Amino acid sequence: MEYVRPKALGEALDALAAFDDPTPLAGGTDLMVEVNLNHRRPDVVVSLRSLDELRRWDDTWIGAGVTFARLEGADDPALAQLARTVGSPQIRAAATLGGNLGTASPAADSLPFLAAADAHVVLKSTAGERRLRWDEFFVGPKQTVRRPDELIVGVELPSRPERQAFAKVGVRQAMVISMVSCCVLRDPSGPTRVALGSVGPTVLRATDAEEVASQAARLTDTDLDEFQRRVSAEVRPITDHRSTAEYRRHAAGVVARRALERCLR
Amino acid sequence: MSVETRHRIRGGVGESVTRPDGVPKVCGAFQYLDDLRADGMLWAATRRATVARGRIVALDVGTASAMPGVHDVITFADVPGRPYQGQIVPDQPVLCDGEIRHWGEAIAVVAADDPETARLAAEAITVDVEELEPVVDVERALELGDVFRHFPVRRGDPEARGDVVVEGFYEMGTQDQAPLGTEAGLAVPDGHGGVDLWGPSQWTHVDHEQLVACLGLRPEELRVHISGLGGAFGAREDLTLQTHIALLALRTGRPVKQHYDRADSFAAHVKRHAARMWYRHEADRDGRLVKVEARMILDGGAYQMTSQAVIANAATFAVGPYRCPNTFVDAYVVRTNHPPAGAMRGFGTNQACFAAESQMDRLAAELGIDPLELRLRNALEPGDALATTGQVVTEPLPTSEVIRSVAALPLPDDEPGDDPLRLPGGTGLTTPPDRVVRGVGYAVGIKNLAFSEGFDDYAEARVTLTADGAEVHTAAIEVGQGMVTVLIQIARSALGIENVEVVFDDTSKIGSAGSSSASRQTQMAGGAVLRAAEAARSAALALAGGDDLDDLGVWRDGELVMTLAELAERGPISEWVRFRHPETEEPDENGQGRLHVDFSVAAHRAVVDVDPELGLVRVVQIDIAQDVGRVINPVQLRGQIEGGIAQGMGWAIMEELVFRDDGTVANPTFTDYLLPTILDMPPVEAVLVEQPGTWGPFGAKGMAELPTVSVTPAVVAAIRDATGKALRRVPVRPEDIVFGDG
Repeated sequence: MEYVRPKALGEALDALAAFDDPTPLAGGTDLMVEVNLNHRRPDVVVSLRSLDELRRWDDTWIGAGVTFARLEGADDPALAQLARTVGSPQIRAAATLGGNLGTASPAADSLPFLAAADAHVVLKSTAGERRLRWDEFFVGPKQTVRRPDELIVGVELPSRPERQAFAKVGVRQAMVISMVSCCVLRDPSGPTRVALGSVGPTVLRATDAEEVASQAARLTDTDLDEFQRRVSAEVRPITDHRSTAEYRRHAAGVVARRALERCLR
Repeated sequence: MSVETRHRIRGGVGESVTRPDGVPKVCGAFQYLDDLRADGMLWAATRRATVARGRIVALDVGTASAMPGVHDVITFADVPGRPYQGQIVPDQPVLCDGEIRHWGEAIAVVAADDPETARLAAEAITVDVEELEPVVDVERALELGDVFRHFPVRRGDPEARGDVVVEGFYEMGTQDQAPLGTEAGLAVPDGHGGVDLWGPSQWTHVDHEQLVACLGLRPEELRVHISGLGGAFGAREDLTLQTHIALLALRTGRPVKQHYDRADSFAAHVKRHAARMWYRHEADRDGRLVKVEARMILDGGAYQMTSQAVIANAATFAVGPYRCPNTFVDAYVVRTNHPPAGAMRGFGTNQACFAAESQMDRLAAELGIDPLELRLRNALEPGDALATTGQVVTEPLPTSEVIRSVAALPLPDDEPGDDPLRLPGGTGLTTPPDRVVRGVGYAVGIKNLAFSEGFDDYAEARVTLTADGAEVHTAAIEVGQGMVTVLIQIARSALGIENVEVVFDDTSKIGSAGSSSASRQTQMAGGAVLRAAEAARSAALALAGGDDLDDLGVWRDGELVMTLAELAERGPISEWVRFRHPETEEPDENGQGRLHVDFSVAAHRAVVDVDPELGLVRVVQIDIAQDVGRVINPVQLRGQIEGGIAQGMGWAIMEELVFRDDGTVANPTFTDYLLPTILDMPPVEAVLVEQPGTWGPFGAKGMAELPTVSVTPAVVAAIRDATGKALRRVPVRPEDIVFGDG
């Protein structure tokens, strides 16, 4: 196995271009599990540890190398809330946002926030830069359009409302893979976005439900009932060892409604 | 007890003595099995089955054997002795015998220069499998007649009728012991055709017996040693990697080490039996049990392991700690193509307890009687006959007292507030405080102590006085439970000497102490140590003509008459004891007889907060009152209680090894086999009921299993109380709460 530790972003992109199927390594919290389980045996590992460029973070940009431990202190309430649910403190100290995007698990905790915020994923390679909206980037469970020579450098965050809520359903009080996760962003005047994880092949937006919620600054119980119903109707869950499709469909509606109610308070 | 020391011994029975292995474990200095090293050692890796059932049509180890760094590859054909192992019935092939009978079954093992080479070589073995239809349903196994043991109970009048009847089906999923330390071992050839083995064991002598048979060795050619275990809970009662590494060491002439990863560990060790149970309780208007009928089927998995003994426990504790004159039980443990089930903390009593206690709550509801009052009206006390076997309880058994004691503890009165960690869903922020419903549930458990059914159950110990103290020699195994401290405390109190060290002897140096299981070592190894220590003290006093013994030596009328060094020189004083508990009997054809030597009881109360709409549960508090005979070490005892509660609560709400329809395991990792974390663990209040028994040291009773047994039904009862749902299955999943029947 070859191990490369570039000192700057340019070097990293060169390294990614130079090898056949290079594996980028940041926190290693997904990759090393795969290696230890014998599911993956990378030939070339490109370490991103020394790339300060990836750790930049401000209101409109989160570098791929920002750890979830840092994101726990985010000004965006939903971002801070979701970061708190990622693994254990040890995992959060190592795991990065870029890794969450790269692995692209349907259960990835950061994705509902990024989808609700309509974030763009920025990829760089020696051939140039690509800027893809989240739904162009994720194409299936653990599948993205990233080419092997491309590096996820960060996400662009458009302006978003301050009213935000994130919720994640799991049977343990912490350190659990979600059965359903949900993020709601709401403008006080009405416009609302809701994204859900673990209930489809990729993170998804419940656009029919958004329509109901977005129609007014004040929502009635009937509106909330309809919002909940539409979320449940729009998600596309499966049954696996973690839960059933029926439960996920139900719980998606419940947590989305509750997240919206938190935004309304 | 006849022991009487003139001076007060420090660190004796009744004190919270700090365990000798505690600080080294916390500091990382303790030597666990996976820390063992030997010069020139090879590493082993196992190739396992990926299907639940199949026929191996081609097995080619050629490529693997030819890989640089690979020294040996073994398969079934290479086993020199009896190629089957198993402590009751040797039906488990040492390596797959041509038919794969469960997911994860070991097919071949490689020895190589390093772990990575061994792993790659194991992957390079060609295994062509023709898949066969697996048996994954216990009813189907029963239809096929594939029964490891049927335990019938026929007691009383089958035509007896009560005024009130409740009937129900119950189901329990498979639990894994999930010890933090995975299996590891080291085998070192002795250069004369024999081998020294360190492996994950709860009973080295029974391992030795099986291993010499499989390896084709004379008994003296194998020494099984004891070393640091990171937990057991029953998972180490049966062999895993021991046979493999011992064989590889013998064949290569090199020390061989193996350390399982978590996936190997899930595949290799026995599980707790999944269960399907049907119960029918009949009672009179006052709630007195008239008749209990039960049909229980436990999933034994592919091989017998300890299933025969497990089913006896399930059957004989089918009614719980209650009187009932008419009892009819058919308990079966059957063969399926799931990984083998075997011993786990509670050993068959847990499954019976869940169903029986669920029934008692339903009966109480049907009768309109308080559930605790119903239990008190039926409570099994000394002089009563066990509802199943008819065995009369002759030892103390404070059933009513544990029920009253736990009920008398104050309930937590605080509301959850808005701290998410105190709400269902925790950090997931799923649940606002106004969506939470609180519930309270009780359950009472009973467990036998030590081995049953006429087994010749003994423990050996030797106590030797040295120049500056005493050594306790034993083959009893410290699995993390704290037995080492208990043995030291017993020896101190019996000898009058404070400087006591426990020496864990290999199988060549001392006889069996029996298994560290069945809640037995405090009474059994402890009983042997007590008697050996008493004998050593008597011998010392007689030799020196004294009336007291301490760390300085023998005293007479307040004067030191002989130092320990002088004693050791004159002696040496070394007393060996083989201790047996009172005899038990095998059951007759109706399951009747004095099957068990002794019993203990415990009552749990669980308080839960539930979010019924999402089906999420947070356990708020769990309290227990337990019959412990006499407390030897209060801190360790409470530690066992808290750990046992965590384990039983885990089974109630999250722990399950999930099988796919094809018999393979869907979640053999800690990502998806969920164990409670510290955030899931509630505060525990424990009442220790001390009614000294007659045969345990200082009146102590074994206690380490019961905290696990009745907590599972108590938690489920609390969730039922909060939600009104029937909840017939464990673990209770969110969807069971949301969509389950009322």
